[in-house]
Formats: sequence, C-alpha cells, structure tokens
Amino acid sequence: MQLLMCPPSYYGIEYEINPWMKRNRQSDAALASRQWNELRRVLAEKLPAEIQLIDAVPKLPDMVFTANAGLVWQNKFIVSNFRHEVRRAEAPHFAQWFRARGFEIVYLPEKYYFEGEGDLLRCGELWFAGYHIRSDMMAHQKVAEIVDREILSLELTSGWFYHLDTCFCPLSEQTALFYPPAFDDYAKTVLEEHIPDLIPVPAQEAERFACNAVVGDNDVVMNTGCPLARKKLESRGFNVYETPLDEFLKAGGSAKCLTLIMG
Amino acid sequence: MAETVVQISGHIIDSLILPKVLDLIVSLGAEFEILDIQVGHRRSDRSHARIKIEAPSPDLLDHVLAKIREHGALPERVEEESVQIEAAPLDGVFPDCFYATTNLETWVRLEQQWIPVESIEMDCGIRVNPSTRKAQCVPMHRVKNGDLVVVGQRGVKVVPLERQQPGAPFEFMASPVSTEQPKGLLIREIAESMQRVRRHNGRILVVAGPGLVHTGASKYLAGLIENGYVQVLFAGNGLAVHDMESDLYGTSLGVYVDKKIRASEGHEHHLWTINRIRRAGGIRQAVEQGLIRKGIFYSCVKNGVEFVLAGSIRDDGPLPDVITDTLQAQDLMREKARGVSFALMIATTLHAIATGNLLPASVKTVCVDINPAVVTKLTDRGTFQALGLVTDVEPFLRELCSDLELDVVCSS
Repeated sequence: MQLLMCPPSYYGIEYEINPWMKRNRQSDAALASRQWNELRRVLAEKLPAEIQLIDAVPKLPDMVFTANAGLVWQNKFIVSNFRHEVRRAEAPHFAQWFRARGFEIVYLPEKYYFEGEGDLLRCGELWFAGYHIRSDMMAHQKVAEIVDREILSLELTSGWFYHLDTCFCPLSEQTALFYPPAFDDYAKTVLEEHIPDLIPVPAQEAERFACNAVVGDNDVVMNTGCPLARKKLESRGFNVYETPLDEFLKAGGSAKCLTLIMG
Repeated sequence: MAETVVQISGHIIDSLILPKVLDLIVSLGAEFEILDIQVGHRRSDRSHARIKIEAPSPDLLDHVLAKIREHGALPERVEEESVQIEAAPLDGVFPDCFYATTNLETWVRLEQQWIPVESIEMDCGIRVNPSTRKAQCVPMHRVKNGDLVVVGQRGVKVVPLERQQPGAPFEFMASPVSTEQPKGLLIREIAESMQRVRRHNGRILVVAGPGLVHTGASKYLAGLIENGYVQVLFAGNGLAVHDMESDLYGTSLGVYVDKKIRASEGHEHHLWTINRIRRAGGIRQAVEQGLIRKGIFYSCVKNGVEFVLAGSIRDDGPLPDVITDTLQAQDLMREKARGVSFALMIATTLHAIATGNLLPASVKTVCVDINPAVVTKLTDRGTFQALGLVTDVEPFLRELCSDLELDVVCSS
C-alpha cells in the first residue's frame, strides 16, 4: 500500500472553514509534528505502507491533509476543485507533484467542487461519494465517467462531518464504520442496502474521528479515545492501532485526512 | 403556473437521488411528470431522466430548481436569458421596441433571478432598477429620461390566469357574456364573492354610470356603500350630478325618479344642482353644509369612501370635484385601484373601459349593463377577465342587496 503524506511544517489554524477550526484554539507546532511523525511510523510499520512525501508549502496550512488533494485512479490523478478559496492554491502543487511522477492530470469542470478522497471512498467494488457540504453531486458524476464505475452519492447533513471520510470508513466489502447523524435518510438507506455489516459509531467517538481511520488489509490506524469502535473492530478480527492526533482534530482532520491512497 | 424541464443523469437509481429529487419537488409544493427515463443496464452505466416540473408561481419554481440543482438536477436550458434593458431617451418616451405589458402577472429575469413586476396593468412599460432588484409597471407619461426599461420579449414571463377551480365563484359561467344565464344564481355568486372579499379585508371598487340614477337604483348603491361593500367609487360628472339632483329636486335629468314623469323646466334642475354644488365648494362641503342629505355621494362622504370623478369633454359644469386633466385623473384612478380585488362596473361604457385598463387581470371584474356590447367592448379592449351580466341595473342591484341581506329602505 502506498500513501502520500505532507509534513506539518506550515500547519496551523489560520482560518475557519469548518466548525472545528477556531483561530483562538491554535495547534502546538512541535506536538503536531511529533503526532504526525508517530502516525507516519505506525502506518509504515503496522499496515505496512510505503509512505511518499510531498513538500509542505508556506501559507498552505491544510496541505497536510493530503486526502483532499484529489483522487488517484490507475495512472490518473483527478485534481480537487476546493470549495474554499483558502485551499485552492494547494491544487497546483499536488498536480505538479503527480505530473512529475508520470501521472496523467485530470481536471474537472471548475464549476463543480470536488475535494478528492475526502469525499470519495472505495468499499471494494462499490464507490461512495459524499456531497452537499464540500463536493458537488455533479463532480461525482464526472468522476464516475472517468473511472467508468458506479458511484453512489450520499448527502452529508452536518457541518461537523463535512467530508465523507469524517463519518464513514469502509473496512471491507461487507463492513464499514459510520456515524448515522451525518447522513440524510436516503443516504442511510443506500448504505444499509449495500453494506451488510454497518457499524454505527457513537457521537463521542465520531467526535474523536473514529471514522477517519486508515485501513490496510486487516489493520486499522485511528486516533486515540475510541474504545467502542476499537472493540467492535477487534471482535471482527481487525488489528487496531491508536495514535494520538489531537492537534489535527483542531482543524477537523485525523489519520485518514492526513493520507492519500496512491495504490 | 410556471413550468420547466430538468434533467438528471448518473447513478441516480441505486443512490436514491432520483426518488429524493422527486420527493423534494413535491415537498416544496410543486408537481412533476417524468417525461422519459433510461436506466443503465450495467452497474457502471449511468441512468438518465427528464422531469417536467410545474409550480404555482415562477418564484416557487426558482426555489425548487435551486434546491434540486444541489442534487444534480439541472434545467435543460441551464442559463435562462436575462431581460434586455435600455434607457428611456426622454421624459415620457420609452426606448424603441419597449416591452408593452399585459394585465397578467409578469416576471422579468434579472441577473439569474426572476423578479415580479409590481403594479401590473396593460399597455405600459416595465422599469427595472438593477441595484434594488425591483421591476415596476410604468405608464408612458410617467417614464423619466434615463429610466431603465425592458425592451423585446427576452427574459419576460407572463403567468396566465389559472382556470377556475370547480366550486369557485363564476365557475358555471362558460361564456363571459351571459344573456341567457340564470341571473338569480349569478347575482348570488357575486354577492358571495363580495362577502368573501370583505371577510378578508379586500377592497371592492365600483364603477358606475348615470343610468344607475335614472333607473332609481341609487338607494341600492348607497346601501352597499353604507354597509361597507364599496371601498372606492369611480364615476364621471354625470353620476354625481344626477345623484345630487335627485336628492335636491327628486328628478334625474329633469325626470321624477319615482313617478317617471318630466318635471316642468326640469332640465334646469340638472344645471341648478351643478351650480349649487359649485357654490358650496364641492360635494364634501355640500354634505357638510347639510345641502345634500342622502344618496350615493352623501353615503360616500359619510362613510369615508373614496371617489374619483374623471372629467369628459361633454360635461356640464363640471362639479368642482371632477378632475379635468385626464392624465391626472388616470394617475389618481391608478393609485386608488391598487389593492382592489373585486371590481363591479355598472351601467357605464367609457369609465368601465378606462378602469379595466388599469386593473391587473387577477382582479375579479363583473360588468353589468343592459347592453351586451358593453361587456364585449370591455373584453375586446383587453379586460378579458370581465364577466358580463346583461340586465337592467335596478333589478340587479335590488337583488344583490337582497342577497347581501341589506336593509336599504331605511337609507334611501
């Protein structure tokens, strides 16, 4: 498994684009750096994953959340169209990084917002996409054309769980974690119809970003403080590795947000 | 009703997006019809649906479109055209090819938004103010140099009058002029309509001609006024003079209203009346001075009912209350007609047409005349919503008052 990460060299709470972010609740740079390095180590050792790195860029504090950069599909990189102006400058840096490594760069029409893997998760053959808060429904249909697969769009309803990867975590074709209040009724029905073992996460653990986990074959890496989710995963035979990521929770992100799956 | 066609494609079946969009349309108060649907055969195949949406008003349609757009349903014509506007070249002059209004509810599209045209009436222009996002119907003589006026038909939407719902007033009136209709039933429906308007604090306008006095029906109109069924009265010099002549001398144009015989030197009554009211200073003053003690205008003054008397080139006198500048009279009638929801036009041709020109088509309009040509003429001039009742005015008003259960004997 290959993951792309970006060191938190310029990470900080410099603007507020989700309810977690408060400029007066700043992150601790040294602690954030330690937590990020520890995550990188756990991913590399436990999944195990091959970690690729992109250089951080000054004044782009959220570049650390590489999951939102776009979507990797075979030799294509579909670049995000960020909804918020403050994040738009990240896109060319990611595009350049992938271009330099031989990927074909695919741009979606500018009028459709798309925030990459943050809103698009694969559950085996099934692909799920979150829309309404950050990504647009129409963007997913464009991605579906590019990847020639069915993408099931799910409406997200809570600003606190603004990306699909904050409230939904596929573990296998049969199993996924999810936080029900983050979805509308139609989306919940779609999930129930397609995933036989859908594990609801309680509010206090959803707020610890239990769903924002990185999943390997049989291993799950997540933030600390999610004992119920951990227990349910372990009872299904998954190995769960917890690593503290509180400094990134201040910006509304955790383990999954800090990684982009490259293959 | 406003309608448009949207399309939606993608994996809209398994993701329940299509049922969600359809549910949304209905829950927002609109209706849909699926024009066609193609469902993908393989999982990766996209499905496609075309949906016709009908909403009761253009703004609700816009609201529905904005909501379903978020779920990927887009109008077939994505960008609807905005209105074309040009500045008026002079005071009182519209730009060439200006959009001439109808009396129907009208909307203009300005910067991707439909906005309603205020104070709609026929044969005017539409002035828009892009900064306040307002559009207003403006008569030719009121446009100012530099006003931005809609030209051409692009970006203008007119909402046709809805068909009457079964059970609504006037529903049985298949033809607008009813010479051979059961009049009693129709008059009862008119009475019910007037009662309904008043229950909702609506305004009723009466436009009346002098024939009303000749036929001895003044007391019924006075009764309607006294009982709150008239909020504004439009007429000419004639109605007022005859009404007050009948109070002062018992005659209308020299004929005794109750005896139908000509008074000796009766034609002088008409002129003497005008002279006495002119001497009093006007109708209100004549009532206040005790000169006029009953009748239509007495009731208007006593009950605070507004009246507008528009002058004509054939007028005797005229009374001081008559407005002889036609544009000034038109503007005042326009102002007083605002907010009227029911108009009753009785025994008048020219004042009925003049008033019909100022009313939006949404105003229920009933025209009562002994001559069927009057209603035909009214509808031919654009007041197509007018319903006609061909009958003598006196029995009409008598029966109307009876249906309204008014005791008009005491007031006459």
